[in-house]
Amino acid sequence: MYRSHVLICGGTGCSSSGSAKILSEMESEIKKQGLENEVKVVKTGCFGLCALGPIMIVYPEGCFYSRVTVEDVPEIVSEHLLKGRVVTRLLYQETVTDDGIKSLNETNFYKKQHRVALRNCGVINPENIEEYIAVDGYAALGKVLTEMTPDEVIDVILKSGLRGRGGAGFPTGKKWQLARNLVPDADQKYVCCNADEGDPGAFMDRSVLEGDPHALIEAMAIAGYAIGATQGFVYVRAEYPIAVKRLRIAIEQAREYGLLGKNIFGSGFDFDMDIRLGAGAFVCGEETALMTSIEGHRGEPRPRPPFPAEKGLFGKPSVLNNVETYANVPQIILKGADWFSSMGTEKSKGTKVFALGGKIVNTGLVEVPMGTTLREIIEDIGGGIPNGKKFKAAQTGGPSGGCIPAQHLDTPIDYDNLLAIGSMMGSGGLIVMDEDNCMVDIAKFFLEFTVDESCGKCTPCRIGNKRLLELLTKITEGKGTLEDLDKMEELCYYIKENSLCGLGQTAPNPVLSTLRYFRDEYVAHIVDKRCPAGVCKKLVSFEILDTCKGCTKCARNCPVNAITGKVKEKHVIDQAKCIKCGACIDNCNFNAIIKK
Amino acid sequence: MKSLEELRAIKEKMKASVNNRNENDDKVRIVVGMATCGIAAGARPVMTAFLDEIAKRGLENVAVTQTGCIGMCKLEPLVEVFLPGEEKVTYVKMTPEKAVRVVNDHVVNKNVVTEFTIGSAE
Repeated sequence: MYRSHVLICGGTGCSSSGSAKILSEMESEIKKQGLENEVKVVKTGCFGLCALGPIMIVYPEGCFYSRVTVEDVPEIVSEHLLKGRVVTRLLYQETVTDDGIKSLNETNFYKKQHRVALRNCGVINPENIEEYIAVDGYAALGKVLTEMTPDEVIDVILKSGLRGRGGAGFPTGKKWQLARNLVPDADQKYVCCNADEGDPGAFMDRSVLEGDPHALIEAMAIAGYAIGATQGFVYVRAEYPIAVKRLRIAIEQAREYGLLGKNIFGSGFDFDMDIRLGAGAFVCGEETALMTSIEGHRGEPRPRPPFPAEKGLFGKPSVLNNVETYANVPQIILKGADWFSSMGTEKSKGTKVFALGGKIVNTGLVEVPMGTTLREIIEDIGGGIPNGKKFKAAQTGGPSGGCIPAQHLDTPIDYDNLLAIGSMMGSGGLIVMDEDNCMVDIAKFFLEFTVDESCGKCTPCRIGNKRLLELLTKITEGKGTLEDLDKMEELCYYIKENSLCGLGQTAPNPVLSTLRYFRDEYVAHIVDKRCPAGVCKKLVSFEILDTCKGCTKCARNCPVNAITGKVKEKHVIDQAKCIKCGACIDNCNFNAIIKK
Repeated sequence: MKSLEELRAIKEKMKASVNNRNENDDKVRIVVGMATCGIAAGARPVMTAFLDEIAKRGLENVAVTQTGCIGMCKLEPLVEVFLPGEEKVTYVKMTPEKAVRVVNDHVVNKNVVTEFTIGSAE
């Protein structure tokens, strides 16, 4: 028996800040102290609080060490693991109270969270199938294969109210039902998983794959049984090397244990699965493009109908769900539809994972019940906005979503409410913006992304978005007119209505929602030739005030020598030379330079 | 995997190993004094004996942790046992043999081993 477990995050976030080195140092240090039979070191998936990585939790005490370095490891071993003295200086400060250590679940970051899809992330070793089995893993598959008919499985998923977590929110049970019944005499069907997480700032699917890959395998096998498929494909981007590696290990282990392959649980049901790597094209997150890419063709969408449930991968009836959707399935089977539908709002059941990013203190991954307000997520869980800045907007749904302004902070988040306020759930990226962000620039950023990622197959998306971007660029350069705003709006609706796939249909959303809520910023760019947030370079100018002491520091630090002036005399910026880098402001000791 | 039984067997086998990765309060806690004085007096074999005995009996919900010097170095190795909702019991001058008895009598059968406690030592 191990008296103590040391859990070290091996997710992408903590790995990039050196958790692999910490892990190997921990193992060698434990050996040095002769504790290898008492203390077990476990590499887990993401704990969610990526901002404080690398993260380490020591059980049974539940000590949450944050920002651990390799140099800290010997101290943790000799003090905590050997002598039982917690290394207080490394603890996550919120867990430290006057009378000892607070449980992690009582901290603001974790208190309001409810982990269903992420329940094993940061708890088990994702590369050990037996640890997954120990936390009820594969019990749902066992139950389905030995006690339930495929129709009963679909019924449970339908009743649970689970909707697609990839963004559009189509009822999962309905999707499975269609794939089961539309083509009764199909000789082959397929179960596919969309792990091509393309939204900038979203990383929940990656975290599930890295932290709990067996949950996906189990759920896909359940889906296979429900619709009558024997083969599954996971389409995952090659930019997720850790996720791919762990999924690969998990699939091999599942085969070894007979949880994939022939005659699973002696039920006569066969199911196997393979990984297909994507090259990171955003459009391949669209279902028909994804399937085309799995088939080995260029990832381009095709018109629907026929929908994949009728004619999908290789022309066969197919089901495609997102990673997070699948991660909920085993729990729904085990705990029942009522348990799942007791969480969330009327039309959006269960929980949703959000990737918090941008101007927020606790950058990381959180899972909350549907219906939690944006304010709770940003202020309570996310810890608010750093440096005392003011909240301006939250962007959900990535390049397909929109910006939500402060007046809607108290809206309970679910699929329908987000649509009503001009954004969408998307895969769950949540980027927070403060007063230093220019909303026109944000719209331009997302549009640049979609223009770049448009596959070019249909004209509205290929050319329409390009023209839209040109209009936006014109505005950020102070050359726009008020008529341009109307033109843009018209073009947005045209693109939305006429594009072939979801990429084009949603690409104008960032523009539309910023036009709706932040029209004054557009007007400021056009009429006043001014960027209120001071972001758009063409509209910003730097000026030295009369309070200048003539210390020459700005002139010495200007990379293009645009500042001139004599010692102890006011300096002047040559606007023609200035590149608006802001180095002068950063270097002025007298606050004598302003950005206008 | 040919049957649910097989799955259950793996789960049983692994349960103990993932069990202490939570923070519920209804755990039995065995705290061994592992400061310099404790280690010098032989606390390490005592702790190992606790771990072995718990593993042998397959006890769940028992955590073994260490602590620093409790202050009565002459009575080391010291061990404190916390049963949920009950007062702490402090055992003194522990040995691996005594540890086995504490697990059997106190942790499993809820009878304090009075003759090993600090009260009878003084």
